Amino acid sequence: MGKNAVTAQLPHDTTGKPGVTMPVPRSEAYTAYLQSLRRRAFSIQLWQIGLVVATLVLWEVAPRAGWINPMLTSYPSAVARTFMAMLEDGSLLTHTWTTFSETIVGFVGGMVLGTLCAVALWWSPYLYRILDPFIVVVNAVPKIALVPIFFIWLGDVASIYAMAIAISVFVTILMLYTGFQAIDPDKIKLVRLFGASRFKVLTKIVLPGSVPTMISALKVNIGLALVGVIVGEFQAAKAGLGYLINYGSQIFQMNLVMTAIVVLAAISSVLFLGIQALEATVLRRHGGNKAGR
Amino acid sequence: MLETASAAPAVAIQGVTLNYFTPERETLALSNINLAVQRGEFVAIVGSSGCGKSTLLSLVSGLLKPSRGSIAIDGNEVTAPSPRVGYMFQKDTLLDWRTIIDNVLIGAELLKLDKRAARARALDLLTRYGLSEFVNALPSQLSGGMRQRVALARTLCCEPDLLLLDEPFSALDYQTRLALSDEIAAILRDENKTIILVTHDIGEAISMADRVIVMSRRPGRIKCEHRIAFPSFGETRPTPFEARKCSEFAGYFQTIWDELDLHETH
Repeated sequence: MGKNAVTAQLPHDTTGKPGVTMPVPRSEAYTAYLQSLRRRAFSIQLWQIGLVVATLVLWEVAPRAGWINPMLTSYPSAVARTFMAMLEDGSLLTHTWTTFSETIVGFVGGMVLGTLCAVALWWSPYLYRILDPFIVVVNAVPKIALVPIFFIWLGDVASIYAMAIAISVFVTILMLYTGFQAIDPDKIKLVRLFGASRFKVLTKIVLPGSVPTMISALKVNIGLALVGVIVGEFQAAKAGLGYLINYGSQIFQMNLVMTAIVVLAAISSVLFLGIQALEATVLRRHGGNKAGR
Repeated sequence: MLETASAAPAVAIQGVTLNYFTPERETLALSNINLAVQRGEFVAIVGSSGCGKSTLLSLVSGLLKPSRGSIAIDGNEVTAPSPRVGYMFQKDTLLDWRTIIDNVLIGAELLKLDKRAARARALDLLTRYGLSEFVNALPSQLSGGMRQRVALARTLCCEPDLLLLDEPFSALDYQTRLALSDEIAAILRDENKTIILVTHDIGEAISMADRVIVMSRRPGRIKCEHRIAFPSFGETRPTPFEARKCSEFAGYFQTIWDELDLHETH
């Protein structure tokens, strides 16, 4: 009975004092179960590494064996050489930094602008009713179609930022507005009973209650902002990874194109991991559950 | 002067009617409600779901305005939410991103009460409800019954004179519900507040209140009322749990059950 009580309390033990809890003897079946879990995790990792290696090997061997035209695909070894050369002369860093900083600015701009618009729509249901059909239509327009117009209107630098913002802002507005609407009406009633103004309802309930929605919007937007920047660079830029890809394909330098794509993949992974780390920290502080409304 | 003030009904609801409109129809939610609640009295309102009993609480709290009639608290007409009125919801409505103490203090924060005093009161309440070790925990770490006790502390921290309880136990499991209604009844009697409890649970109403008001189906009207007394228990008021075992309980239950005609519509 006493032992049962201890086991039952374990999941609630949030004090983080592992030394205090009694060591529970493991049964043989449980040890076997844990071992099978570890084996499974290990075999999954093995498969993942194997897939990467197999792809690289196939990519290297297929052009060399004459199965495909090396002009079209280049080789991993050639890409690695280009990568090292560009790293040494510093050009890779310049291009990467250009794309990275443009993405961050566009991403933050899209988030801030989108949040402000969503707040305005929440504040005035009348405004929402007026604008709703337009937002839906504009959101459905492929923003990439606007690249040439942005270039003409805004020039080569500003058009890239505008593209990154345009591609992410409407999704942000729609996601956040939906999140605001999903806030428990009783929580709003609660603060209104304490005499809260609409502004206080916003700052005390609606915005903090929408933090999980904002994180979801961040996750979607980081990818979208990167797409916007690359497409913008295709059209306009004199630097950046999008420019490298475009330029490399025009002069048929597949090494250059592939290098830029590999770096691009690395950037998007880093950004996504960053958002994931942010999500973990914020949601832990935010009550530990995703349904934080 | 003071004499007459304290003799006045704490809450006077006079000829209150409420219509509300949707594009589809006009609904008469409440029809000519008259009710006087004395200071320190515990009144329960029972009715089937949709009879407008929660709407009546929203009217008393000042969040809604009646279409006709008036509501006064201690002779002052209700026009907006007042810090003198505390409200408890069916759900605990704790804010997941705030610690327990910050949840309890949200009222004081919004009403701009003295921070130091409010904090001391909040800590005192939490300690009395056995939650002192959870002061800095997040709501997700607490059980349903504990969360509802935090909600009670949040309500009482602003020291209201009138408490409006909107089915505050119905989201809890049966055992927790019985235990917590005992606990809360004891706390509220100690504090000597005026209380209006809205519920669809007849047993809860009889076991806790001094007077039970039965409401009809929509449009909500007051159908009849019962003064609840347990002479078999003696002079003192039984706790809700003891009341359920008194011989009078079954009689009240049967009468109110028949008056609600719950099985009429099929």
